[in-house]
Amino acid sequence: MATQIKQQVEEIEPFEAAGEIEGGDVVLVDTREPHEYQEAHLENGKLVPPGLLGDEIAAAAPDKSARTILYCRSGNRSYKAAEQLQALGYTDVASMAGGILAWQEQGLPVVSASGMTAEQRERYSRHTLLPEVGVDGQLKLLNAKVLLLGAGGLGAPTALYLAAAGIGTLGLVDDDVVDASNLQRQVIHNTERIGEPKTSSARVTIEALNPDVNVVEHNLRLDAGNILGLIEDYDVIVDGADNFPTRYLLNDASVRLRKPVVSASILSFDGQISTFVPFEGPCYRCLYPTPPPAELAPSCSANGVLGVMAGTMGTLQANEVIKLVLGVGEPLIGRLLLYEALGTRFTELKVRRDPECPICGENAPQIEESEMGKFPDYQAFCAG
Amino acid sequence: MATVRIPPVLRPQTGGQPEVEAAGSSVGEVLRALTAAHPATEEQLFGPEGDLNRYVNVYLNDEDVRVLDGLDTAVADGDTVVILPAMAGG
Repeated sequence: MATQIKQQVEEIEPFEAAGEIEGGDVVLVDTREPHEYQEAHLENGKLVPPGLLGDEIAAAAPDKSARTILYCRSGNRSYKAAEQLQALGYTDVASMAGGILAWQEQGLPVVSASGMTAEQRERYSRHTLLPEVGVDGQLKLLNAKVLLLGAGGLGAPTALYLAAAGIGTLGLVDDDVVDASNLQRQVIHNTERIGEPKTSSARVTIEALNPDVNVVEHNLRLDAGNILGLIEDYDVIVDGADNFPTRYLLNDASVRLRKPVVSASILSFDGQISTFVPFEGPCYRCLYPTPPPAELAPSCSANGVLGVMAGTMGTLQANEVIKLVLGVGEPLIGRLLLYEALGTRFTELKVRRDPECPICGENAPQIEESEMGKFPDYQAFCAG
Repeated sequence: MATVRIPPVLRPQTGGQPEVEAAGSSVGEVLRALTAAHPATEEQLFGPEGDLNRYVNVYLNDEDVRVLDGLDTAVADGDTVVILPAMAGG
């Protein structure tokens, strides 16, 4: 009787496996049961349960000479499976010692059933504990694309909290550079970065806070020629613009593309916020049919603003964005919330859709792109 | 008497007061009482024909007077009239 001497199986440590996986050209096989795999597995790991090894390994690892790394929960089942593969003629097989438990102990990433890595599950645990968010909600946030108009007063706190919340893509529109006078409220920038573009300054802070966020810099000024192309890729737009032309332009374009806009503004000790969802509620022009003349358009002059107002209103904006992405709660649709900081007073006003609105009204004609954001009979338009 | 909330841009014309008490049985009368007490507010609230300027929103309590009876909207004692122009600061 011929006894085949078992060939020793190569065992590698998780960090070695991680290095090989990162280098590429590795077939990674998970030798556990389906329910274990669903809970958490290594990225690109192919499930081949022990009982189905003979039937399924050929599909998972067709090349018997390819480097093949097996893992299981703690390293026993993968070792045995590796022996079987060698018997089947696989020539470059290794079993990961300690399995996925050891892998995770070393802080290496896994993909959970939810699509989140172990690191993400830790990072967002205070979100996923909330029934209104949960794992599914966190995944919505991670897949959301949010565009911020302005990386200044309102944009700074909004961007910080949206980044912390794990919004997957944050677009930043701003053509300005960081100025010393910004730093009293624009907390995403810092003293060292005075003179740098605001978009790149904000990127540095966001990336340090949360590497999950993909920051897209749009270092430009919005105009009728670029706005549609810019906003069409995003799910929600946050308006923190410092001038009326941009606010009306954004409104007209967002109604056209049916993009929800979370709009806020601040001045001295006062703030306003509302959420405009096209055709579901009023638009910015329903609320403000006409911009004020220059002498009443405070952004044109140096009226001053309490720095913390940006934080209060910006974080309210972030809250609106998160609710829109999650589809929970009651966004400020058809409601204008006023905040007066000296009296610490919130006031809520109703905003109705205007049937005569030139942009979202029942008989509103589709305007030319070049006409978006315009007031044909309006001369004294505030230029910012 | 009604309470009129004054927006930041109009406060220089009301001596800095964020709220002003004004008498009147309609929104128009309340606002006229305001402009009588603080004349510098007049041209910012009213156009040459005496109509409310289009860029000024006025609310009675939480409702836009445009969907009520405009300047004729009845005002009761203790009501709040909110004057609200658009703001663009970001």
